[in-house]
Amino acid sequence: MAIRVITEKCVGCKLCIPTCAQGAISFVDKKAVIDVIKCNYCGACIDACKKFKAILIEIDRKVSDQDLSLYKGVWVYAEQRNGEIASVVYELLGEGRKLADQLGEELSAVLLGDGVTCQAEDLIQHGADNVYVVDNPKLKDFQDDTYAMAMAELCEEYKPNMVLTGATALGRSFIPKVAVILETGLTADCTQLEIDDYTKLLLQTRPAFGGNLMATITCTNFRPQMSTVRHKVFKKAAKDISRKGKIFTKVLADDLLKSRTKLIEFVKEVESTVNLSEADIIVSGGRGLGEAKNFAVIRELAELINGAVGASRAAVDAGWIPYSHQVGQTGKTVCPKLYIACGISGSIQHMAGMQSSETIIAINKDPNAPIFEIATYGIVGDLFEVIPAMISAIKNK
Amino acid sequence: MNIVVSIKQVPGTTKVAINPATNTLIRAGVEAIINPFDMYAIEEAIRLREKFGGKVTCITMGPPQAEEALKSAIAMGADDGVLVSDRAFAGSDTLATSYALAMGIKKLGKVDIILTGKQAMDGDTAQVGPGIAHWLDIPFIAWVKKIEDVMKDEKIIRVERMMDDGYEVLEGPLPILLSVVKEINEPRTESLKGKMRAKNFKATVFTAKEIEADPDFIGLRGSPTIVNRVFVPVRSGKKELVAGATVEEKVSKVVARLKESKLVN
Repeated sequence: MAIRVITEKCVGCKLCIPTCAQGAISFVDKKAVIDVIKCNYCGACIDACKKFKAILIEIDRKVSDQDLSLYKGVWVYAEQRNGEIASVVYELLGEGRKLADQLGEELSAVLLGDGVTCQAEDLIQHGADNVYVVDNPKLKDFQDDTYAMAMAELCEEYKPNMVLTGATALGRSFIPKVAVILETGLTADCTQLEIDDYTKLLLQTRPAFGGNLMATITCTNFRPQMSTVRHKVFKKAAKDISRKGKIFTKVLADDLLKSRTKLIEFVKEVESTVNLSEADIIVSGGRGLGEAKNFAVIRELAELINGAVGASRAAVDAGWIPYSHQVGQTGKTVCPKLYIACGISGSIQHMAGMQSSETIIAINKDPNAPIFEIATYGIVGDLFEVIPAMISAIKNK
Repeated sequence: MNIVVSIKQVPGTTKVAINPATNTLIRAGVEAIINPFDMYAIEEAIRLREKFGGKVTCITMGPPQAEEALKSAIAMGADDGVLVSDRAFAGSDTLATSYALAMGIKKLGKVDIILTGKQAMDGDTAQVGPGIAHWLDIPFIAWVKKIEDVMKDEKIIRVERMMDDGYEVLEGPLPILLSVVKEINEPRTESLKGKMRAKNFKATVFTAKEIEADPDFIGLRGSPTIVNRVFVPVRSGKKELVAGATVEEKVSKVVARLKESKLVN
């Protein structure tokens, strides 16, 4: 990386000096000089010199020794636990199908587990042209080591162009290891995927800073291009039972499937009637509930409309409900079709975790609560009156 | 027991500035804090030391001013802090960052447990922790909500990993890298004694050369991902405060619309 001043273009206006937080710019003979020891390449001076374009940053990037043209096809990691395919997989197949068609390439699903081959047809019926299956007792429980090695091995052998994985607890745990093994780029938590018309690169757009900024990222020089994708962002693929595809059963060497960690037991959360990150509807309670037992009213509404129960950090910190229900920056990021925030004022951190919900209803006593700024429908009122009224209005067909 | 905590300094505010040329963040002039998730990792490390003895070393990669984050960690009770800092690291993505931190940790010598927060508050990627573990060739367990036991003699740790629908109890051999979630503990505040220590603390600085980093794996050069565009999202959709004389009136308006759009039946 290098930064330099094009002396011929520098007019000596000194506009760049105050923009440099590092104090790296001085003037010699009426021309800017950048002290490269002090410079942190922030680029503020380049912005200041837009008019004359006298400052240049040169970025030197490693070029891959891969033959990029060999990498073909869109892959979806078909996450399953205990033989059940995660719902995000169908969303990925829906989106992956579009990307594959746009590129004129095939869509493939990767199925790892024990006794999972029977799921392959279902993936084909949801849009996959091919399914790569590693069916091995060693993959019975999810472990980072075995799943990452199996996935990386398949990628090295079949050379996919793109690999999409759900941004679930499981996906976000092991896919980073796969990317490091393959020495390629991975973009976390994407909410938008597009193919660049000209370069055919995957444009991966993701939120950062709790959704206050969006960044579009490419993995230009390396393959596969890997993304994890949030739940509920893309539409599920429709099922077509007449669809045909190929199933490739891959046998991997035993020494490849060694896990250093092992599962002792799985403990299902008692209250997670509906998985928060997969729920279409979430009813959340906050400080306004006043005490733990008042979550009953939230649960009643949630049950009625088949929703999951969420909570703000305040409610979790008060000990009214377990942390697994917390929505927000330090909890779960959700984007259901309907989010009902009850007695939640709307801290930046809470809103970061739910502001991309399709429809938001906010119920709060305080008309100035920040949550109303992002609510599709805001109801100013006491939640203990509003929620019962809502319950009876919904029951009243 | 040697415990290393990998932490990150992040802007303490959501107001952010972007460098238009490299599309990386401008960090100068913004109040900086320890990534809140890393606070749980530091706390857990201190608790492990209190129970088993040993040393807690925090490591971070960043510009010289990231030393402040290490000072805060010392004030909380960490024993030592290392700053991996070199202009050659500028512009690193998660792959390059995990490589540099792993090389830094390697230079520290024998390590039993490496802890880190589940993700950083600014980038939210959760990719650096598993990356470090892979470069160091040690196992990794994400989303740890409890360390149940450390069997020191057998060199085995038992932890609870939070999943979307419950939690798993897992065992793994030391050395190991764990990323921790908020539920694991309540971080302590800085003690007076700690603040005194922090005042005089100078972080050890590791440069790219000192950690013997391969130039092809660090900085922008070693980063496969390229940030093409950064923008502020436009929030669409109409927002309204529902009017009505009574609660029932407001509610029936909203419920009618929910039924219309088939969100509820």
